[in-house]
Amino acid sequence: MADGNVKVEIVSPERLVLSENVQSVTIPGQEGNFTVLGEHAPVMSVLRPGFVMVEGGSENLVYVRGGFAEVSDGTVTILAEDARPAKQFNRQEIEEALAKAQQDVSAANGAEETEAAQLVVDSLSNLMTEVEHMGSAIVTGL
Amino acid sequence: MPSLKDLKNRISSVTSTQKITKAMQMVAAAKLRKAEELAAAARPYAGRMNDVLAGLSAAYAGRDDAPRLLAGTGSDQTHLLIVATAERGLCGGFNSNISRLARDHARKLMAAGKTVKILCVGKKGHDVLKRLFADQIVDAVTLREVKQIGYANAQAIGEKVLAMFANGEFDVATLFYSKFKSVISQEPTAQQLIPAAFEANEDSAEPVSYEYEPGEEAILNDLLPRNISVQIFSALLENGAGEMGAKMSAMDNATRNAGDMIRKLQLSYNRQRQAQITKELIEIISGAEAL
Repeated sequence: MADGNVKVEIVSPERLVLSENVQSVTIPGQEGNFTVLGEHAPVMSVLRPGFVMVEGGSENLVYVRGGFAEVSDGTVTILAEDARPAKQFNRQEIEEALAKAQQDVSAANGAEETEAAQLVVDSLSNLMTEVEHMGSAIVTGL
Repeated sequence: MPSLKDLKNRISSVTSTQKITKAMQMVAAAKLRKAEELAAAARPYAGRMNDVLAGLSAAYAGRDDAPRLLAGTGSDQTHLLIVATAERGLCGGFNSNISRLARDHARKLMAAGKTVKILCVGKKGHDVLKRLFADQIVDAVTLREVKQIGYANAQAIGEKVLAMFANGEFDVATLFYSKFKSVISQEPTAQQLIPAAFEANEDSAEPVSYEYEPGEEAILNDLLPRNISVQIFSALLENGAGEMGAKMSAMDNATRNAGDMIRKLQLSYNRQRQAQITKELIEIISGAEAL
């Protein structure tokens, strides 16, 4: 797109989580995080559990687990089995996600995978602490 | 000829039945709206998934190294029928239409000498099919306690199916459910899950050449199992909306029939009351004349 914006759509099987024009999207791909700006080459990547970071949108952090991202023609489509804006997490849900992330850490083989999975655990624990501090889940960034 | 009292009792009993069916219709209408929203919310995901997989799998058509979920096991001896029905009755022909389609399909396969296995989702289909195919039913899932069907429910069923496939328990899987076309029309549908069949997207002018991360094959292997759960999930949601639609029109009919019945009973009640009054008058008059 001419103005360098990307359209991002995050879809879970249950609903459309996010659909808007933003400046950039950082996606936790299987082979490492990557950031998508406007006019990115078409890519299709499997997701690893983690956080999608959105810049210049109404949500800036979305937890995703299982699925893939498709980039084409200035549009990012993220299909994830579980997708939730970090703001909308409640305590119990974080605990569930945390338990899954910890399983990933123990199931990971290779230092790189362990590190990536550990990062998700850390982010979720941070989220947990913030939720506890704020009473409600108001998260600005990790 | 029923007495006046009998008629009165019947009128009051039909009136209370009418009240119940009317209430059920309104409940179904409210639930239908919600179920339709859920089904609509799930459509983008299933649609995108289908498009992507259609593109990916086209490259593998006819190749020997295609994943087994896509190409099948090379045989079609054992068939698994996944029959998704509703948990509750009183929704017209909804459940029996799905079971009938599954039953005919099973009979046809058995006549052709194939082995049939049935996995029931939902109580109503199980009730019907267990009478006919008691030996073929391998498992039954009920979602009775589930208030709102979530992806996790479909995923559990999907994993069960995949585990059976991995153990070589069947070669072909077909999903039976009812497609929600409109409130008054639901279409029982058979959809093949394994080997996977995708609707080709006709309006895609030219295929975009993607960079694949990790590889094309790894993505396909990751997505195909997920797609099973996604298809089951959208089938369950379509069923949910269809059930409510069918229930709404069934209850609407029942309310109208109860209304007709009340009118008829009221007429014969009035007639009889009138006849009795006339009879009493005649008795009084002829009594007075006799004096």
